[in-house]
Amino acid sequence: MAHGAANLVISELRERIQHLEGPSSRPKRVLPFDIPDIDDRLPGGGLAYGALHEFAGGGAGTVDGAAAALFVAGIAARTTGQIVWCLARPDLFFPALAQAGLHPKRVVFVESASEDDVIANMEEALGYGGLGAVVGELVRLPMTKSRRLQLAAEKSGTMGLIVRRWRRQTEARDFGQPTASATRWRVSVTPSEELPVQGVGRAQWRLELIRVKAGECAEYFVGACDAKGRINLSSGAGDGQDQAIRSFYSR
Amino acid sequence: MIARSGSKRWVSGADAAARKSGVRVGMPAAKAQAIFHGLMLVDADPVADAAALERITLWALGQYSPLVAVDAPDGIIMDTEGADHLQGGEPLMVSGIANRFRAKKLSARVAIADTWGAAHACARATRQESVIVPVGETVRAVEKLPLSMLRLSSKIVGDLHTLGFKTIGELSATPRAPLALRFGPEIGRRLDQMFGRIAEPIEPIRAAELIEVSRVFAEPIGAAETIDKYVGYLIIRLVAELQRHGLGVRRADLIIEKIDGTRQAVRSGTAKPSRDVVWLKKLFRDRTETIEPGFGIEKLTLVAVRAEPFEEFQKVSALVEEETPDITPLIDIFGNRGQRVYRVAPVASDVPERSVARIAAAAAISDETWVHHWPRPVRLLAQPDRIEAIALMPDYPPASITWRGRKMKVIRADGPERVFGEWWRRDGEFDAVRDYFVIEGEGGERLWIFRRGDGVDPATGSREWFVHGIFA
Repeated sequence: MAHGAANLVISELRERIQHLEGPSSRPKRVLPFDIPDIDDRLPGGGLAYGALHEFAGGGAGTVDGAAAALFVAGIAARTTGQIVWCLARPDLFFPALAQAGLHPKRVVFVESASEDDVIANMEEALGYGGLGAVVGELVRLPMTKSRRLQLAAEKSGTMGLIVRRWRRQTEARDFGQPTASATRWRVSVTPSEELPVQGVGRAQWRLELIRVKAGECAEYFVGACDAKGRINLSSGAGDGQDQAIRSFYSR
Repeated sequence: MIARSGSKRWVSGADAAARKSGVRVGMPAAKAQAIFHGLMLVDADPVADAAALERITLWALGQYSPLVAVDAPDGIIMDTEGADHLQGGEPLMVSGIANRFRAKKLSARVAIADTWGAAHACARATRQESVIVPVGETVRAVEKLPLSMLRLSSKIVGDLHTLGFKTIGELSATPRAPLALRFGPEIGRRLDQMFGRIAEPIEPIRAAELIEVSRVFAEPIGAAETIDKYVGYLIIRLVAELQRHGLGVRRADLIIEKIDGTRQAVRSGTAKPSRDVVWLKKLFRDRTETIEPGFGIEKLTLVAVRAEPFEEFQKVSALVEEETPDITPLIDIFGNRGQRVYRVAPVASDVPERSVARIAAAAAISDETWVHHWPRPVRLLAQPDRIEAIALMPDYPPASITWRGRKMKVIRADGPERVFGEWWRRDGEFDAVRDYFVIEGEGGERLWIFRRGDGVDPATGSREWFVHGIFA
């Protein structure tokens, strides 16, 4: 009985809070991957707008962050609007991002001398509103800073995408530290798709969903971004052979 | 250059060639003619010189700094604090100034120092094109300089020479009282100005056509919120004024006059002409913290140093059309914080490092993109990294490579993609060839490597291997 009464109180409180929040509590918009296996694991059925998402590479990718950056570029390409890309190390080669469907006219780069400036610029851009996504390449992301970014993103409903890359592979342990981001992913390169002839096929990644708010972790093998920034599921590394192109759910 | 004083004709300026043949400033014209036969003599025109200097000063006002003045007879003095970020920092600004003058076939000496006196002396003493004296290093920078750099009258300098003084350092180490007794207070004042012991505010020049609003305070203000509030009022007045003229502001200066007679200036720039009050307020509010009110501010002046015609356009033509927000205000915020803001644009070049150009963030948007049929790496190394590779010549990819001390077995590879040197850019690229390969290691790591040369003809390259990029 007491249990039921407590529930009643809680639900009443919830109602009142919702009432207070009023019109600002608009339904959360998400950007689906269009892959049921992945979307089902994410609250709302996709990557939430107005939230922070972190991406890191695995292995050597912790330093170069190439796969993480391309994955992020693919996500950014599927949003609409301008993209602000904040970085401190300008070694991005844009033709590759263009191949993932991100048009150069959509991206404004903001290059700073220090990490702190990158975070400050991201916060400014996230708070500005009306952008498709704000991308930042960061080494360190302390809890308080990530909280500020998350709040700025919530306020404007812009998606914040963070590519984490470190100076040395051993520093990547930092990725275990808690941050305020809604999801956290690790993208590692795996051998590419087998081709019937000599050559390098479509790149494949191991995509790990390490952390998700109100959801469970998961791991996928995916084919890298195509010309429109979409990924697809592949049947795994090495064992796929000729059916690697077939996506998991089309069987 | 020949100047006249009374009936005396003397050399007042000489170019590099004349100096080489022995002509010196200050020597009688007849002697100069005797040294070099056929010397070209031009009468000096101090009035035209002064007018030209003023024109350059006005140009510098719009370009570099809110506080600019003529440093007669042959210099310009600028207070660039709080304005250098728009030029990309002090070193870039200094070299930019020197280059601008060189492009006009003028030679300029540029110096940045803590005080007017020190900058004046360093600019005239240096043999290099530009000098930046670090903060607090004034004493070391000027102590070896001759007395003539101290902005004293030539008579005082001559008399000091007679007394045996040669450098500024010697003079500043001498007790003041006897000097003041002999020469008056001038020497002490100039020394103090040079070392920043007494203030020497710059009386900035102003062009009559600049749009300017100001506000004088009966009671000095100092709190950040108060400054913000009054800057807001000034912006509203400035925008109203601009509207009357049909202009939008590109560069605005806030000049702060304090009760102790010193001035500070804050400059903000926009990427497009603007008349948006909220946006301008935000730009200045970002920088309020850099204002040092000191004992209080008695006057605020807001000047639209650079204003351009403002084009009005309809924002949304149809209700159903999706609105694309203008992000120029955001670009301005980043720009005024001193960040590098840019877009990238494709360049028609097969050489990877030349195929991407940085363009201004507010530049006109074009639909162009890269047309590559071959995959391109996400990260491109600034300098290709030398690797050891074992490969069959001429056109097989390597079987294994050693990069940064780590050996990598090549499982799969694609290539070659041949890139020819652009002989129209550099002679050295006439025969040059690079053969690019995509290689994949056991773990799936994919690299972009190239070999110099086509593997057959040694003239095309040295057959060394390099890593150039990292694929996702």
